[in-house]
Amino acid sequence: MNINRLSKLKSFFLKVSHHVTLFIAMSIICIPGLWIVLNSFRPTVDIMAKPPVWVPRGLNLDNYRAMFGGAGEGGVPVMQYFTNSLIISCTSTIIALFVGMAGGYAFARFKFKGKNAIFVGLLLTRAVPGVALSLPLFIVMAKTGIIDTHFGLILVYVAMNVPFTIWLIDGFFRQIPPDLAEAAEIDGCTRWQAFWKVEFPVAKAGVASAGIFAFLTSWNEYALASQLTRSTFSKTMPVGLRDFTSEFTINWGGMCALAVLLIIPALILTFIVQKHLISGLTFGGVKG
Amino acid sequence: MAQVILKNIVKNYGKLEVVHSINLDVAHNEFVVLVGPSGCGKSTTLRMIAGLESISGGDIIIGDNVVNNLPPRDRNISMVFQNYALYPHMTVRENLGFSLKIAKRDQTEIDKSVDEASKILSLEDYMDRKPGALSGGQRQRVAMGRAIVRHPDVFLFDEPLSNLDAKLRAQMRVEIKKLHQKIQTTIIYVTHDQVEAMTLADRIVIMRDGNIEQQGSPTQVFENPINTFVATFIGSPPMNLLPGRVGKNMLEFSGGLILPIPIDFKDIVKPGQDIILGFRADHIMPVGHDLTIDGDSAMIEMSVGVSEPLGTETLLYTQLAGQEILAKMLRPRIVQDGETLTFNLDLGQCNLFDAVTQRNLR
Repeated sequence: MNINRLSKLKSFFLKVSHHVTLFIAMSIICIPGLWIVLNSFRPTVDIMAKPPVWVPRGLNLDNYRAMFGGAGEGGVPVMQYFTNSLIISCTSTIIALFVGMAGGYAFARFKFKGKNAIFVGLLLTRAVPGVALSLPLFIVMAKTGIIDTHFGLILVYVAMNVPFTIWLIDGFFRQIPPDLAEAAEIDGCTRWQAFWKVEFPVAKAGVASAGIFAFLTSWNEYALASQLTRSTFSKTMPVGLRDFTSEFTINWGGMCALAVLLIIPALILTFIVQKHLISGLTFGGVKG
Repeated sequence: MAQVILKNIVKNYGKLEVVHSINLDVAHNEFVVLVGPSGCGKSTTLRMIAGLESISGGDIIIGDNVVNNLPPRDRNISMVFQNYALYPHMTVRENLGFSLKIAKRDQTEIDKSVDEASKILSLEDYMDRKPGALSGGQRQRVAMGRAIVRHPDVFLFDEPLSNLDAKLRAQMRVEIKKLHQKIQTTIIYVTHDQVEAMTLADRIVIMRDGNIEQQGSPTQVFENPINTFVATFIGSPPMNLLPGRVGKNMLEFSGGLILPIPIDFKDIVKPGQDIILGFRADHIMPVGHDLTIDGDSAMIEMSVGVSEPLGTETLLYTQLAGQEILAKMLRPRIVQDGETLTFNLDLGQCNLFDAVTQRNLR
């Protein structure tokens, strides 16, 4: 066979196998998510059917109606949970970002004793699984009276996120040449102005990416929140999912409906910030 | 009047002293170039003048004020950085006007100054572009524009052309010279490129290992280098150096080469003294190729190892007294490798250095 045809055929099969592999991988990632969305619109009979019903027979909003309904109709305080989640996630993210920026900038720009050891130490705190800390945290918070409060959970999430935001933002500030801030200082800025007017705008894509990671960590966290919150006024949405389990039954449809509501804000935020992330850092100002 | 005076300036990093008590007076409107090899302390000195590095000792005076502890913004200086340091998130217009905006100047005044700077540097067509969309030369012009809008007392340039290709570098050199003629401000310029130093400077300051080796006009340092370091650092090609010894009314070199003592040095050298004879390629040429000699000269026969034709002249690599030396041929003809030519050495243009101290004996 002509070697050109052979090579063409080979690249064709390679392309097909790429697509097939990609399809399988994406299916493994996406099907559970799609299954949750689908189940949120289906009655329990369809959800529990064996063998599974792949093609939906009839979709309705009953699960959503029930979820937003009264206590007797299987309703849960969704809006309260949503507000709790929003307050806790946003506040902890903002604090973690500020601390992360201060810490990241310090690690990127200043020389001080024990810098590397402190940096590694910070990252090591991430190596401890959060659940392992749940019992000590529970005891400390119970003693100090901040258990079952927004403040308590915000504190925990800030502690969880700060090492990560410092590490991420440090990397972004390292990429910005110190000359930029020096040029700004010569142009009349104070060190503080040089940071906010020059370095921060250049690094904002990095700060945004650190922000979204911190937000998603707090928004999705279940293990610690389930230990440290009890009442409707402090429970976050992931913890609220447990409201659908009772002694003998699990309301899968309702749980899926709440899970969908949990996913939507995270998805929207990711899409908004993604633009920033992709636009990335444009280092045209210095020689590349 | 914005003269810059450095008095016994010292810089330490911990226990390591990198600049050793240097003194420098830069007059108003003077173009001074600090030149030297990497690590000689020239950039550190410039950064100390800018206020980006603290000083460990001495005084820096700009105008009539001691500015030792003033932050950069209070020194009324501008600086052009090696990698441009343009603000990537701002357009050219915003970059140029940034310093005036920080100083809370009136918008019409900012616009006027920015337009003026953009005209001087021919940047009018790029005003709304961001630095990422500019070529290296354009970026460097924006960096210079950003420096001139403020009408500073002193301009500092930190190796501004080292990121540009050879052609653009030559072009920008001329632009910097024109800029100095137009704006008439004190300029302190750091480079490791001696061609930039020679072409731009009113005065060259040659630094090595944190010390000033020599300062003077380009012609002075070129013709009368204070030591062998300056002799080889300034000028392209570098000065030929031939180690030898003073004999009886003559200089003796290895391989039996004997040359007369240049007349300027006759009363200075002593018999038996180890010396180094220094001469530039321009002062040793094949006979019949345009070298006009007023005083003493010596005829030497040498065979050419390699020749480098450069169009208007040819560089000839030859061996003399066991050393490779470089000669020049004006009005060149084709030279075969290995061809033996008679060279004329202009002894009046030669320098003699002490072999021990390496200093010029003149």
